[in-house]
Amino acid sequence: MSFQVSKVNDVTLIEVEGQLIVGNRQELKQGVLEKLEGGDLKFVIDFANTGYIDSSGLGVLVSLSKKIREQGGELRLSSLNEDLRTLFELTKLDTLFRIADEKEQALEGF
Amino acid sequence: MSDPNDGDLVLEIPTDIQAIAGTVDYVMSRCVTCQSHARKLNLNFRVGLTEALSNAMMYGNGHDPSKNVVVEVVMSQGCLQATVRDQGTGFDPTLVPDPTLPENLSRSCGRGLFLMRELLDEVSYNDRGNEVTLVLRLESGGAFEGGAQA
Repeated sequence: MSFQVSKVNDVTLIEVEGQLIVGNRQELKQGVLEKLEGGDLKFVIDFANTGYIDSSGLGVLVSLSKKIREQGGELRLSSLNEDLRTLFELTKLDTLFRIADEKEQALEGF
Repeated sequence: MSDPNDGDLVLEIPTDIQAIAGTVDYVMSRCVTCQSHARKLNLNFRVGLTEALSNAMMYGNGHDPSKNVVVEVVMSQGCLQATVRDQGTGFDPTLVPDPTLPENLSRSCGRGLFLMRELLDEVSYNDRGNEVTLVLRLESGGAFEGGAQA
């Protein structure tokens, strides 16, 4: 897994490539937390190039969302494939996150 | 690592969470008789085996690299069965809370067992609680794809 970080206006866009799983979840967490500590508050994590997220990866997203909310910010997600959507729906995490079909929609109106 | 016969697979791997993805990929690549059920293989079975290995290494073996996890996979035309055994003291799966309850939604852990139960036809533990057996039926009328009960 790797991820690219960019800034679109005042939104931090993180594009994840590869699986977000137990063996690498801390890298993403650390990357986002560094941006949060640097003052960023609006985050979009895009999964257009992600095939799979395991329960540990889901847990990291929940944890990050909580930390960002505590600072007055928001974490949005985008571009979940069919399998990922299924995992979010099964775990009801689709009720916890704002999930857009594409990153442009997630960035819109943020 | 050994292949007792054509349809079965036995792996013994050290506790290393970095090895989970590679192990799952290897097992999936050996499921040649199941390739016509791509989604069940790529979603249901991948999730189930990944979560079972994660639980075994993190909670069962407590991240102890001197302890191993044994994976036994039995493949047949209509069914895929995986048994994952750790060297821990075991746990009581009935004590794991439902992560989809409103009070648990914001928890950062506790979804692995839930996903296994949702995505596989059968999930059972031995009495000690250190061995889980996963069953995925590949023929119609078995488990489900995409989380919708068949």
